[in-house]
Amino acid sequence: MKRKAISILLSTAMAVTMLGGCGSSSESADTSTDSAASAADTVAETTASAETTVTAETAAGEAAASDEGSVLNIYVWNEEFKSRVTDHYPDYEEVDATTGKIGDVTVNWFITPSDDNAYQNNLDENLLKQADAAADDKIDMFLVEADYALKYVDTEYTMKISDLGITEDDLANQYQYTKDIVTDSNGDLKGVSWQGCPGVLIYSRDVANEVLGTDDPDEVQAYVSDWDAVAETAATMKEAGYYMTSSVNDTYRVYSNNVTSKWVEDGVINIDDNIMQWVEDSKEMVDAGQTGTHELWSDEWSAGFYPSGKVFCYFGPAWLIDFSMAADTEGSIANAGGWGAAEGPQGFYWGGTWICAATGTDNPSLVKDIILKLTCDEDIMTEIVLEDNDFVNNKPAMEALASGEKLIDGEEYSNAVLGGQNPLPMFCAGAENIDLSNQSSYDQGCNEEFQNAMKNYFEGNATLDDALDLFYKAVVEKYPELTY
Amino acid sequence: MSKVKRGKVVSYNKWGYIFLIPFVVVYLIFQMIPLLSTIYNSFFENYRSGLTQIGPNFVGLQNYKTILTNGDVWVYAQNTIIMWLMGFIPQIIVSLLLGAWFSNPRLRLKFQAFFKTVIYLPNLIMASAFAMLFFTLFSDIGPINSILVQLGILDEPYKFLSNVWSARGLVAFMNFLMWFGNTTILLMAGMMGIDTSLSEAAEVDGATSTQVFFKITLPLLKPILVYVMITSLIGGLQMFDVPQVLTNATGDPMRSTMTLIMYLNKHLYSKNYGLGGALSVVLFIITGVLSLLVFNFTNKKSVK
Repeated sequence: MKRKAISILLSTAMAVTMLGGCGSSSESADTSTDSAASAADTVAETTASAETTVTAETAAGEAAASDEGSVLNIYVWNEEFKSRVTDHYPDYEEVDATTGKIGDVTVNWFITPSDDNAYQNNLDENLLKQADAAADDKIDMFLVEADYALKYVDTEYTMKISDLGITEDDLANQYQYTKDIVTDSNGDLKGVSWQGCPGVLIYSRDVANEVLGTDDPDEVQAYVSDWDAVAETAATMKEAGYYMTSSVNDTYRVYSNNVTSKWVEDGVINIDDNIMQWVEDSKEMVDAGQTGTHELWSDEWSAGFYPSGKVFCYFGPAWLIDFSMAADTEGSIANAGGWGAAEGPQGFYWGGTWICAATGTDNPSLVKDIILKLTCDEDIMTEIVLEDNDFVNNKPAMEALASGEKLIDGEEYSNAVLGGQNPLPMFCAGAENIDLSNQSSYDQGCNEEFQNAMKNYFEGNATLDDALDLFYKAVVEKYPELTY
Repeated sequence: MSKVKRGKVVSYNKWGYIFLIPFVVVYLIFQMIPLLSTIYNSFFENYRSGLTQIGPNFVGLQNYKTILTNGDVWVYAQNTIIMWLMGFIPQIIVSLLLGAWFSNPRLRLKFQAFFKTVIYLPNLIMASAFAMLFFTLFSDIGPINSILVQLGILDEPYKFLSNVWSARGLVAFMNFLMWFGNTTILLMAGMMGIDTSLSEAAEVDGATSTQVFFKITLPLLKPILVYVMITSLIGGLQMFDVPQVLTNATGDPMRSTMTLIMYLNKHLYSKNYGLGGALSVVLFIITGVLSLLVFNFTNKKSVK
């Protein structure tokens, strides 16, 4: 009988451990009962803590005593927007890394990195459940990037900005292109951004002095004023032992922002002539050893942020200059203020973040207020420029700083990374000229796969036709409804 | 009294089944149900475009037709098998050699426990972390390239990951490093189970150690060898994490390092359960057929 009891005990212990999923191979048999017991404890604890959270939240909800929800859920992929809210939204109090408070409302930040599409996957799952979710669990706001904005904007899951009570007058000072990106096929505005991301050509002043004999932005501009000039300068750079750009992908956006047709027309994948021009120009540069084929953000790509990388220029917007070029690292070009900015051959933009209000939000007036304060309030916008060096989406604020009308401590705005140059006039001019009429909701996948596929062509592992076939194949895998 | 005893014997049998319950339950929930639902899903058009769900619409064998006619699956199957063989052949040779040395009582190798631990260590690292490490080591400006250039062996950095055979070679080398320890320990266990009197008798009869190895050890090791071959083949066909991380999911150059599972993973972007399901079923069949082949091939030989 005793044996029977022991064997029952052992087999249940084994079953519990296995089902509990805590039986790792390192645990020997005699600890299995312990771990089963501890699993039970953990379960009990979690339930207990869940209960306390629930009661705490209900209490807060009653205290709020308004008709709106007491929990604001915000979906983001990094800390950027959170730090903007923390620093510039008047009533925001930080509680811990992923929660905060605005008055009586608890703000929950759901941060999922965008690597491997994780952010969008997570957001998609939750948006699809939005209708059935409890009021406090519903997504209230989420952020999108330009490359895939239309995927969300062109659906019922985003609210019209006008339905929030934000009028066109409120948004009158914003750059037109930031509105075009998030306007759906019915012409309704579905998102708002606090940033503008016009790009410029960022060149190394030392290299310019050595090879071109000048580091003055206007004179350097003459060497890169169009693609022919760029090709000539690239040859000069090569002779002097420098790479023109770090990678072919640096120039990609400059070409892809100046297309005359969309990636997908009537369900058929379409490659614009300007994109093919990029392939042609880039292949020549790669074959001549004037640039590399590295992926953006790889170590090889960012090697040019240091003098030893021997790279003449990058293409990028304000945020690239300030956040990505290793300005805090001793020995980098940015740290020494060794970059200069010129307009480059063509205008383009890169990135940018838009705030969308999720349909079904239970906090519409708070969402409205956050959007108004962080994207339309001129004082807050100027504050963001001065504190964070961002290019904000507010024409009067930017133009006052660009023209030197608005002085900071008696001096004109200047950027330390750019050796004291004021790049804002260039950005302002660029932002006015960005044309986004040829966006499609397939842009992100197409851009990524095109760069991946062409890498094979540039490196000589495939003919152009094979590389194009690979691109078509990869896009159809991502979007099975398309044909080519 | 005797009756009670017999009853006890019968009741012990029951415990065998009771102890099997956890396995059967886990198998049913985590293997059988997903397997059946995969087959079921493979007959439907079912994917997501942006936020719009398309399907599920019953399309019969359409998904299988797509998979089998566009030819990709055979290319990726070929890649997988090439990379598996490139890793497995050196792996089995090295493992046999090490196993023979470790289990040979006449060599009296010192620090055996230490070496056995060391060769097993690479297996303890997560495959993706290992691949990340190699990605950094062999990148265009990585330490391997700088060493080779500084020693004067190369004039300029060699792009390991942009050339078909070096990229495949790296994948195979990593799989070899990770698994040869495991195989060695399995083979060693098999070799130690062989009665030493057999090899001693052979030596008394004047056989060289090479003859002992090929005529005595190897034939008697066959059951273990078959097990090692089949588990390694199945593991090889499911090769995913190493090439996925090493090539940043592209399978570059020109998808020559794209394995079957990486291809399956590509369909996850659009949550394409239909095509993904069909591909999984094809993969299931390929694995089954190859395993049977290996099993029959090796078994027949042992009969002779």
